[in-house]
Amino acid sequence: MLLKSWWKILSFVLLMYTCTVGFLIKIPLLDGRMQQSVRNLFFHVPMWFCMQTLFIISVIYAIRYLIKPNPIHDYYSLEFARTGTVFGVLGLITGAIWANYQWGEPWSGDPKQNGAAIALLIYLAYFVLRGSVTDENKRARLGAVYNIFAFAMLFPTIWILPRLTESLHPGGLGSEGNPGLNPNDTSPQMEMVFLPAIIGWILLGVWISTLFTRLRIYKERLYDAI
Amino acid sequence: MAKSFAQNVANNNADQNNFMTSEGKIFVVMAVVIVIVIGLFLYLFNLDRKISKLEKNIKS
Repeated sequence: MLLKSWWKILSFVLLMYTCTVGFLIKIPLLDGRMQQSVRNLFFHVPMWFCMQTLFIISVIYAIRYLIKPNPIHDYYSLEFARTGTVFGVLGLITGAIWANYQWGEPWSGDPKQNGAAIALLIYLAYFVLRGSVTDENKRARLGAVYNIFAFAMLFPTIWILPRLTESLHPGGLGSEGNPGLNPNDTSPQMEMVFLPAIIGWILLGVWISTLFTRLRIYKERLYDAI
Repeated sequence: MAKSFAQNVANNNADQNNFMTSEGKIFVVMAVVIVIVIGLFLYLFNLDRKISKLEKNIKS
């Protein structure tokens, strides 16, 4: 059991570490703008890393389904996309909370906010599309093709366009740093928590997705047995 | 606008006798977050076990 579940235990350990040390680690106390809220780096930002990872896994299974129409690949693709969307929505909400106190309003029409919202709307349409098709094979095939399109749209909306224009997020034109963090706002010690936090949250997202997938496989097999 | 929401942090040096009330009560926040995360993991652990049992039943 330990051999198969070590990564779940690792997720727990890493998130325990994040939730303790993350509150205690030294942050740069610069002007009064960010203050303690820069610790959101360990919570809000990993939501997006997790979403991206889950969507990568989802599209891999979508491609695998198109190569060989095994329904289990379709279930993996669906459930990883579902959990990825949940993490994306959590990222949007936590970002709006943080933005309200950092930038003055929860939604500023910032390019990255808009891009992330668009990317998530495209994935929501994936679920609507699947729901509109009754035939299983057709649903899985259409879903897989649309999944690839939705995944491809992540890149212009989240990775590329927000870097090309002026943005409130770090990484935009005229802003410092990469889109994840601004080195002027963070301390080197924070990286000690940032990377374990990302891995911990990603492993948690993978665990939740696998649980949903196993449940779906169980349910569908059960119906097939009848 | 923040002043109408945020608590004024007066009295920083009192209440240093108690561990939880020291350091600006960050340990209180930490306790809350730890409880939430542990609760989440306990829920997932139980769900995982339940699904494993279902899978074992159907395989036999």
